[in-house]
Amino acid sequence: MIRELVIVSGKGGTGKTSITAAFASLAQNSVLCDADVDAADLHLLMAPTVRKKSDFMGGCLAEIRQEDCVECGRCIELCRFDAISADYVVDAIDCEGCGVCVDLCPEQAIDFPVQKCGEWFISDTRFGPMVHARLGIAEENSGKLVSLVRQEARKLAEARGHGLILTDGPPGIGCPVIASIGGATALAIIVEPTVSGMHDMQRVAELAVHFKVPGLVCVNKYDLNMDMTEKVEAFGRAHNMVVLGRIPFDPIFTKAMIEGKNVLEYAPDSPVAASIKEVWKKIITFPSMNAMGIKDFSAIIQ
Amino acid sequence: MIISIASGKGGTGKTTVATNLALSLGKGTRLLDCDVEEPNAHLFLYPEITETEVVTTGIPVVSDELCTACKKCAEICRFRALTVVGKKVLVFPELCHSCGGCVVVCPENAITEGARELGVMESGHCGELGFSQGRLRVGEAMSPPLIKKVRTHHAGAKTIIIDAPPGTSCPVIAAMKGSDFVLMVTEPTPFGLHDLKLAVEAVRVLGIQSGLVINRSDMGDDGVLEYAKEEGLPILLEIPFDRKIAEAYSCGKPIVEIMPEWKNEFRALYQRIEKLVQNGRNAS
Repeated sequence: MIRELVIVSGKGGTGKTSITAAFASLAQNSVLCDADVDAADLHLLMAPTVRKKSDFMGGCLAEIRQEDCVECGRCIELCRFDAISADYVVDAIDCEGCGVCVDLCPEQAIDFPVQKCGEWFISDTRFGPMVHARLGIAEENSGKLVSLVRQEARKLAEARGHGLILTDGPPGIGCPVIASIGGATALAIIVEPTVSGMHDMQRVAELAVHFKVPGLVCVNKYDLNMDMTEKVEAFGRAHNMVVLGRIPFDPIFTKAMIEGKNVLEYAPDSPVAASIKEVWKKIITFPSMNAMGIKDFSAIIQ
Repeated sequence: MIISIASGKGGTGKTTVATNLALSLGKGTRLLDCDVEEPNAHLFLYPEITETEVVTTGIPVVSDELCTACKKCAEICRFRALTVVGKKVLVFPELCHSCGGCVVVCPENAITEGARELGVMESGHCGELGFSQGRLRVGEAMSPPLIKKVRTHHAGAKTIIIDAPPGTSCPVIAAMKGSDFVLMVTEPTPFGLHDLKLAVEAVRVLGIQSGLVINRSDMGDDGVLEYAKEEGLPILLEIPFDRKIAEAYSCGKPIVEIMPEWKNEFRALYQRIEKLVQNGRNAS
């Protein structure tokens, strides 16, 4: 039975990727999945060797064939996204890919080619296989690409007999996050003890309620503000989340990153390493993460 | 003058720079928090909210009486928001992108437009500083229309500061588009550099001038500095790591409140931007 732990935060920069990379050292027999396709960073610590590269075909874009266009103005009138200029050129950034102009152009002068919106990769790392992606700049469809990398990570885990997927999620609560959470075995929320860390965690927890996912919460850089750390943990408990522990603020995270290592490799005897091992122990003994695949509805975020 | 504050990577200090810059400029300035998934500027500005507007997007409403189940609406919809089952059209409002195609194409005029709530736009002020923010409804996937709405709410202000979301995809583009300048906040780490490069590409797609703020400038390596030099990106401000700043941030206190001397730094930052924009205009 394959379990998937998805690591999110709401707020960016709380340490999701650094902590996911450290978990990769501790997890046995896992597949890594980078679901932050918009600004993916996990590969910087994992040094993946790409084994298979594939194009991600996203939506289509309208293209007006100038030689067939009679400038009747119908497309400009129909376009809700103001994507067509007065001289009948489609702005690739503004075009939503709805195809209304394509279907309703009286001259059928508009093409609708499917676009390559990014790439995705299956790679090997020193901790096992990894599925990751890169969304093209200024592209849409990030949610679709997130769903794709998660599906591929699952297929890979099934084919190669891995029992666990570690998924590094995106920040925020929008489309890519929604695509990251559905169907996860458990959600680990990494929070920093600041007003914004707390605020953003509340919103991502509220989102998670809809998906009936068991939740875990971990405070990173806890010693920056002890009061706030306690507030974050109290919020977690009040919403039926298990508090995983506290990781101290320490510049070794940055130093490890510069060397392309995770903190456990860089400073195995540090207090940070010890705290992450404790956190990991709680994750793998969390009943919802059982290897039998028994759904544990008592632990879902409320 | 419209200045967007962006970054690529999250948590580099966009909101810190946006709020402190806005507070340092004061009167005639308006801060628009376009990070609608996780709006945070209000946690540092404590604005008085005087107006709340629910922002919606159109979705199809099908009249069963008029519908003949001809399937034209389902055929035009690229987002699979409509499907015909037997003699009935099923609508999945959360998939709808409000293109209006189904309404136009229905031969029976059986489709009208209803509304799906995207979130709210809240406006007010903090002292002399104008303020608006978008707050995406939890569970809503589509943020760009709400961002576009907030972005244009200038309310007569001379200087507009936009706090953009992280990343490089459609929400950031929606926030930055139409700005005179993009101020990119980065940290001098490998993650910061990697995501900065993506953000720079995104800004170039839009053809907007840009410059850098390096936050926690003494915690990392020289990668960002070297990249900035190669690319000719001006470094407009460096903020060293200071535990006092980090702790104040954690309680919702802006830098200029605990260290008022920083106001001059932020005003100088604004002047540097103003000069760059003017030179850019003269050059073109």
